[in-house]
Amino acid sequence: MLLINCPYCGERDQSEFTNGGEAHVARPKDPDQVNDREWSEYVFVRANPKGIYYERWVHTHGCKKWFNAIRDTSTDEILKIYKIGETPPLIKRFKNTLRSPSGEPDVGSGNFTVKKP
Amino acid sequence: MTQKYRLDKEGYINRKKSISFKFNGKKYFGYHGDTLASALLANGIHLVGRSFKYHRPRGFIGSKEDEPNAKVQLYNGAKTEPNAVATEVELVEGLVAKSQNCWPSVSFDFGAINNFLSKFFPAGFYYKTFMWPKSFWHKIYEPIIRKAAGLGVAPLKPDPDRYEHKFEHCDVLVVGSGPSGLGSALAAAKNGARVILAEDKSKFGGSLLTDQVTIGNKTGKEWADETVEQLKSMPNVVIKNRSQVFGYYDHNMMVMFERTKDHIESPNKYTPRQKLWYIRAKEVLVSTGSIERPLIFGNNDRPGILLASAAKEYIKKYGVLVGKKPVIFTNNDSAYDAAIEFKKNGINPLVVDIRKNSEGTAVKEAKDLGVNIKFSHAVANTKGYLRVSSATVGKLNNDKSGYENLENIPCDCICVSGNWTPTVHLASQSGNKLKFDEIISAFIPNQSHQNETTIGSANGSFTLKKSLEDGFNKGFEVSNKLTKKNIKSDPPTSNEKSYDNYEKFWCMPLPENKKYKRCVDFQNDVYVSDIELAIREGFRSIEHVKRYTTLGMATDQGKTSNLNGLQLVSNIENKIVPEVGHTTFRPPYTPVTIGTIVGREVGKHYRPTRKSPMHSWHEKNNAVFVDAGLWLRPRYYKQGNETLQQAAKREGANVRKNVGICDVTSLGKIDIKGPDSAEFLNRVYTNAWMKLPVGKARYGVMLREDGIVFDDGTTTRISENHFHMTTTTAQAVNVLAHLEYYLQVVWPELDVNVLSTTEQWAGAAVAGPKSRELLKKLFPETDVSNEGFPFMGFKEENLFGIPARVFRISFSGELAYEINVESNHGIFMWEKIMNLGKSMGIQPYGTEALSTLRIEMGHVAGSEIDGRTIPSDLSLEGMLSKKKDFVGKRSLNREAFLNPNREKIVGVIPVDKKTMIPEGSHLVKDKNAALPNPKLGHISASCWSVEYNNPFSLAILKEGKKRIGEKLYALSPLKNKSIEVEVVSSHYVDPKGERVRS
Ligand SMILES: [Zn+2]
Repeated sequence: MLLINCPYCGERDQSEFTNGGEAHVARPKDPDQVNDREWSEYVFVRANPKGIYYERWVHTHGCKKWFNAIRDTSTDEILKIYKIGETPPLIKRFKNTLRSPSGEPDVGSGNFTVKKP
Repeated sequence: MTQKYRLDKEGYINRKKSISFKFNGKKYFGYHGDTLASALLANGIHLVGRSFKYHRPRGFIGSKEDEPNAKVQLYNGAKTEPNAVATEVELVEGLVAKSQNCWPSVSFDFGAINNFLSKFFPAGFYYKTFMWPKSFWHKIYEPIIRKAAGLGVAPLKPDPDRYEHKFEHCDVLVVGSGPSGLGSALAAAKNGARVILAEDKSKFGGSLLTDQVTIGNKTGKEWADETVEQLKSMPNVVIKNRSQVFGYYDHNMMVMFERTKDHIESPNKYTPRQKLWYIRAKEVLVSTGSIERPLIFGNNDRPGILLASAAKEYIKKYGVLVGKKPVIFTNNDSAYDAAIEFKKNGINPLVVDIRKNSEGTAVKEAKDLGVNIKFSHAVANTKGYLRVSSATVGKLNNDKSGYENLENIPCDCICVSGNWTPTVHLASQSGNKLKFDEIISAFIPNQSHQNETTIGSANGSFTLKKSLEDGFNKGFEVSNKLTKKNIKSDPPTSNEKSYDNYEKFWCMPLPENKKYKRCVDFQNDVYVSDIELAIREGFRSIEHVKRYTTLGMATDQGKTSNLNGLQLVSNIENKIVPEVGHTTFRPPYTPVTIGTIVGREVGKHYRPTRKSPMHSWHEKNNAVFVDAGLWLRPRYYKQGNETLQQAAKREGANVRKNVGICDVTSLGKIDIKGPDSAEFLNRVYTNAWMKLPVGKARYGVMLREDGIVFDDGTTTRISENHFHMTTTTAQAVNVLAHLEYYLQVVWPELDVNVLSTTEQWAGAAVAGPKSRELLKKLFPETDVSNEGFPFMGFKEENLFGIPARVFRISFSGELAYEINVESNHGIFMWEKIMNLGKSMGIQPYGTEALSTLRIEMGHVAGSEIDGRTIPSDLSLEGMLSKKKDFVGKRSLNREAFLNPNREKIVGVIPVDKKTMIPEGSHLVKDKNAALPNPKLGHISASCWSVEYNNPFSLAILKEGKKRIGEKLYALSPLKNKSIEVEVVSSHYVDPKGERVRS
């Protein structure tokens, strides 16, 4: 269970929050102007990295505010929390990301490498 | 009172307080301070159970949580508890326990025939045998396996005990109260940290309770007692015994259970049985100690064969001898401590030592006491069925592949020691990647990924001196990080025996031409031959070997077996252990009662119950309630001996004929305010909202971004920048979350605020042709004519002095109004309506009649808005604005959603006009077609039409309205029904919608 530092309320238990998936996935300004592939990427396609992940959370059983977090998915360490609308801080690589013995890549699973666009 | 194996001295038991208990139906006596295990051993009982697969007789192996064999069933009836570990059960007066996994009794077990058939039950037996035929699974294989492989029996009645949860925060949590645990807790506490010290046993001190050591000028035990007293007196320390930290979760969330009741003789009725502690610790010091490893040899699983440390502990803690003719079999010095304890108590043990010699002080002391030692010898095999009766001992040849000579040595117990394994479970759970320590041949923690520090013998330091240093230093270090204070305590001086090297040899060879079973995992009944077989069959990964053989997968989590298994695999494969790797340690460290995890959330406390302000009226008027999410809603109001269907018919018909009243408080209500409110609604609803006049309501449909219908409801413009939205009961919470998400994340530029007001308003729907007449009585001053208060109109009114909101909206399809007042006036409103409606024949109606009315009108609800349908599937295409964007609009242009042959809403009636069509029935063309019969659609909702007095259903059917007039079959294999049906319009009653506008 994570300890999440809500930017409005302070540190609270994970059970008060809901995860909202990948952050900074922008809704196309004019949906009619994008093709099916682009639209479906907005609606359905999300990154699933091992390591640094920018994601959204909402303090459901608290202030009900959405905010962003940067989490290392391999250790569940939360590296940064910032409000919606703030410029995402850049974190290139985090030292603590757990390496697998098989040396699997940062993105994707041990079986398939997912290439970031 | 015959405790033949009880000593007159030794132990922390109270010999003045005798306790009687029952085991397998027989009465025995023990003393206060005993465990069930020590009391049984005092009575000479080793045989406690049968092995899992082969039903081999089994006795105690250990003296603590590592015990793999002595799983017993405690008590009877509702209080019964399966799989209790006898070594962990404190003896109380009247304790009742029995053996598990044996029938008819532990000494004569029918299942033991499996032992003679064992060549038919090798590793992977279940996977190989029970593959075919499929239909045999739940009729034949499963019942047999369940009976044969059963552990204990789960209670059939509700648990009479209560369990509590507790949340706690601290600077430093110390797990374990041995020398390093006590030392670190003291050092951290003295340096100002808030400390919790948790000890799973009833007594603090760990190894200090049994080891012959001195600290400063005191014995180990005296030092432990004093330190505990000192810690107890400090206000910044919480110190808990009988408290097992069993899980290490993310961000240093530690979970612990505390046994608060079972050891108390006559507990208070309200004392919780166990407490579950959630401890958020800034730093965790893991001082969980180590567990002795058994040695592997022929028939090493007979009752009477146990760990040397356990034999010592039974003497030192409980004054109990595990036998009077002991053989001690070891590859290291620590087993000599047991030999010394036996000797001091007048027993002559024989030590069989694999090593050629040893210079350790314990060995010297044993020699000085005259203990008989056979160096370079090993136990090859044992004899004795229900209890070991002799050890076959031989001199190992030079490469330890066989024996030079073998002799039979009579004995009544064999105490084995294969050196020590650090208890790294919690460290591993925390994400610490373990490393293999060649010196101790075991895994120890390496790099921490959380604020975890493992100390003492859990970290591989097996000397007291090192453990104390470790404890005091780390206790200071971690507290210094948190408190920034510099009050340092020095570790005390200590005195202990010196230990010589152990021999890295665990698995004894079989004598020539012998095929003795050599047990590796006692609880799951895994033998050396099983592991060899798995490797012969090509399993290489240790995770695969584990799953194929079930090695280490029992409830003891392989505490005594994992490392021996790894060592075996590495020997067979000619690899070093770190190349083989280790399996993952997962919580819980020891089994936890389900009741403890659930805590108080049982029965009516399982979840909150939401009741409308009119609930008491419904109760008084014979309402039968139904769960609608968390809400309790009247399903129908029972009159006489009415059935549900009769009542729904009566209530529905009264709405169609006169007037009815329905409690609609549970509908979601959301207050929307702000200058951009209309624009916001325009984006989240599919239809247009900018031009909705003040004082008017509008029906709206919301989609998810993927184009699927999400919810529907009416929203009313209260004033220019103020709207009142309603949602379905089921989606109220989700709609609010959906709105918040779009407002905060997607369109933060919109100036709008949303707030749930569901519980602030009590709602009553007044529906039926006479509802206008009733409204006139309720609001005599108001123009309620069709012109003065038209369909979809809204008025702020005054109900005999109470402010009320009145909406002319309808779900039933009749002329209808919805009245909202503040919740605390709900009863007043309801009774006023009932009183004034009496002359018009008003009756309350519940959700069943409400469903009937909406189904025959063809109004969609949750059974059609089922997460698969898009607006055109539900004949809602008219609700889609072409002039603006809205959530989900772009998705509707995807190919699959444009397919004209999609399943769409229709009505369906049985051709015989009598048979109710079960909801969920499949619609097919030919009822006799070969399986799988091509499915054209399904029945989403069924009712008995009050308008036409025959069954009517809504269905989602391929090609929808194009099929009106067609005859199909509705098949319900679950109800064994096949009904010929006709496809009709979904708007069965009043298709033009004239009534609501009348
Ligand atoms: Zn918050």
